[in-house]
Amino acid sequence: MDNVTVATHPHTHETAVAAEHQHVALPQHRHHFETEEQQREAGTFGMWLFLLTEIMFFGGLFFAYLLYRNWYNPAFVVSSNQLSIPLGAANTAILIASGFFMALGVWAAEVRKKGLLLLFLVLTTVFGLAFLGIKAVEYHEKWEKHHIPGASFDVSQFINPQAYGLKEKPLAPDMAQKTQVFFFLYFAMTGMHAFHMIIGIVLLFWLMWRANRGEFSSGYVAPIENFGLYWHFVDIVWIFLFPLLYLINRHPV
Amino acid sequence: MSATHTILNLPDQRTATLPKRTYINNEDGLLSWLFTGDHKRIAMLYLISITFFFFIGGAFAGLIRLELLTPQPDLVAADTYNKFFSMHGIVMIFLFLVPSVPATLGNFLIPIMIGTKDLAFPKINLLSWYLYWIGGLFTLAALVLGGVDTGWTFTTPLSTHYLNTHVVTAATGVFIIGFSSIFTGLNFIVTIHRMRAPGMTWFRMPLFCWSNYAASILMVLGTPVLAITLVLVGLERLVGIGVFDPTKGGDPLLFQHLFWFYSHPAVYIMILPGMGVISEVISTFSRKRVFGYTAVAFSSVAIALFGFFVWAHHMFIMGVSNYSALVFSLLTMLVAVPSAIKIFNWAFTLQKGSITFETPMLYAFGFLGLFTIGGMTGVFLGALGMDIHLTETYFIVAHFHFVMVGGMLMAFLAGVHFWWPKMTGRMYPESLSKLAAVTTFIGFNLTFLPQFILGYLGMPRRYHAYPQEFQVLNVLSTAGATVLGVGYMLPLLYLAWSLKYGAIAGNNPWQATGLEWQIQSPPLTENFIEIPIVDHEAYDYEWLEHKTAQEVTTVG
Amino acid sequence: MSEYHDPSNVVNPEHADHHIVTPVTYSIVFATLLVMTGVTVGAAYIDLGLMNPVIALAIASFKAVIVILFFMHVKYQSKLVKLTVISGFFTFLVLTTMTLTDYISRAWGLW
Repeated sequence: MDNVTVATHPHTHETAVAAEHQHVALPQHRHHFETEEQQREAGTFGMWLFLLTEIMFFGGLFFAYLLYRNWYNPAFVVSSNQLSIPLGAANTAILIASGFFMALGVWAAEVRKKGLLLLFLVLTTVFGLAFLGIKAVEYHEKWEKHHIPGASFDVSQFINPQAYGLKEKPLAPDMAQKTQVFFFLYFAMTGMHAFHMIIGIVLLFWLMWRANRGEFSSGYVAPIENFGLYWHFVDIVWIFLFPLLYLINRHPV
Repeated sequence: MSATHTILNLPDQRTATLPKRTYINNEDGLLSWLFTGDHKRIAMLYLISITFFFFIGGAFAGLIRLELLTPQPDLVAADTYNKFFSMHGIVMIFLFLVPSVPATLGNFLIPIMIGTKDLAFPKINLLSWYLYWIGGLFTLAALVLGGVDTGWTFTTPLSTHYLNTHVVTAATGVFIIGFSSIFTGLNFIVTIHRMRAPGMTWFRMPLFCWSNYAASILMVLGTPVLAITLVLVGLERLVGIGVFDPTKGGDPLLFQHLFWFYSHPAVYIMILPGMGVISEVISTFSRKRVFGYTAVAFSSVAIALFGFFVWAHHMFIMGVSNYSALVFSLLTMLVAVPSAIKIFNWAFTLQKGSITFETPMLYAFGFLGLFTIGGMTGVFLGALGMDIHLTETYFIVAHFHFVMVGGMLMAFLAGVHFWWPKMTGRMYPESLSKLAAVTTFIGFNLTFLPQFILGYLGMPRRYHAYPQEFQVLNVLSTAGATVLGVGYMLPLLYLAWSLKYGAIAGNNPWQATGLEWQIQSPPLTENFIEIPIVDHEAYDYEWLEHKTAQEVTTVG
Repeated sequence: MSEYHDPSNVVNPEHADHHIVTPVTYSIVFATLLVMTGVTVGAAYIDLGLMNPVIALAIASFKAVIVILFFMHVKYQSKLVKLTVISGFFTFLVLTTMTLTDYISRAWGLW
């Protein structure tokens, strides 16, 4: 071990080499890892592999969107215009803020400030819930406008937009039917995203409970860090969903 | 290698004793098994579970062959027959083949082979076993409630619009099993990257670890695509979204693309770990280092990589673009290259080796022949013109059974026999197991060789009745299935017997070089008393001989 | 012993020391993300034809990359983690492009 670099982590090389088996500095250290450093890196790597599966999971939906957007472009343009950009943009900002507080939470855990960590976790949760609240408002609006695919779906407003006060070009009846495909995908993608948010918020409450007991205030930050990765990944999905669903081709060509 | 390096150097097993403390008797009681974090115990739980499902799947295979004994539809109705082959496929693929080698042998051996105490995430490993069972119970529920008749492929729009069977239940089961598989793969990748013992470099790892590593990559990257596809199928069935429904503007071929994006790599998830077993077995029983170790290691990774580029060869007759089909056909031929590299290297490993014919080796020879036939017929099917004639006939059934049963199942049995002494501390009965290996080989060929001819003559798959002229070959096939059934029952019986009455194996009955053979059998819960420091290549029989000689000197 | 024994993976190329990203960095990233959100909304209201989706996706990708690099600490992680992230997007790309080879060249397609 002549080439040891200076470790930023307090319990690593020197102690580990001296007595790696006896040395257990933290109660969270598991016996089958030789060092905490190894455990931490294994955790991060494992989390990233899990996020790979999430990329591919959403990847299937994104591909379906890409395909049908190109197949039924007029219908997708018109239906996309039915979404509210202010609500979507507000939600984007809210979610980014939530992610920002999560990142600060990781920092607070790393510098072992229990109070700050709790505060940031609460803020993360509040902004996450706000996102879901606005999403619920949007879903409700879809319900009122008969944009929920299924029996109550109403294509007449796309066939004859003027009668409904929409500034859109009328669609041929068969193309107007394809607006339903847009809303299938809208609900599938945002719904899957919201589902991930809900799971995340449940986990956040669990982490807050643990943080309150002081579990993350003595150098053991892996759960916070890895949950942060998950939460940021959910952000990234929305960062792509927002322009794809709300913004592109805002102007009918 | 001189002649003295043969298996004749076996240690004297009469003096071997079972160690006092092992992972099996470390803790007592059922709960200590159900809440264990020990990778070896989880492997044993998996072994019992997949054996259970294997015999369920096998029972359906038996019923299928029984119906096909006669040309008339006399045993069951058409619908029931459809349910039989669907359940056979779902159980065998998702509940047996995908977890077979990784979840049992891989779980047990990978941490020991790379010299660590456990997998990186023991709790996730246990979770994966529970998910396996929850998924398995959903599948069984679909069966008990009245079955599902989509085939294992859940083809739309059949599965979404035209069936009144329990598609959603079965799809939920497969969805959950998928996560079990993802967690196993994730655990392996992290363990192999992060937990190797000092000195255990990538190119000192046994090839079993390499091939499981490659399969794990496929599990992690492929399975979620199947998950989302099944979610969409479920949503389409339950609430009528139309992503795959042409009447609503969807494209059923999109389902095929997404489904086969997982399910083609899944074929490699199934076969790659088996190839790892074969590398170990062939090297041990020829007393030679695997020829072209690096090539074999990289060919596993190459198979995994190419596996993602070929899926549309399952769709040549479904109306995909001709140009695209051409590209996929050419890429399909490419996959044959790394597979062939493996076969050639195993053959060269055998060359001038001191070969002995223990049971695992017999299964490995079975694998070599049958997998080669299975692989070569795959090239037939990958060729665009031939595929149109052969696909959806018994030719394709025979092809993938040669790869999956002749290849993978043979490899699995080779592995189970090979590591049985390590897992249980006891030997299986040698002559009986040789009989089982030969029976399996004969039964297998009798079952599936006639199906190549049937398929070539044009008998379509998935029908419960057929024209009179196909009967002779079908009778042969059913007879073979009976022999095959006996061949699979035998190991179940004698392996169970050997748990109590088998000869005590000792630490290294095969004089193999892997780290797993240098520790006691069955191993301690923590595997190693102290973490080993690895200073030799894998399959270094001279190192082993040197080490054994030193031990003798010390004792003597 | 020391030659081989490297429990903390210090000599391992797959290892990276733990790096604590400061709140200042996080704040800069946060501000950039908000600005880019504003830009992408603004760009949507200008008719640029084909460039609209291209710009929107380019901005989204930029935002995703800085989230990955800073919020998710990938900039300070080992090569292994970087490679892992890339391989995920690569596989998605394979899924997309290889499937598109079918859709764009189909005789009866709607492309």
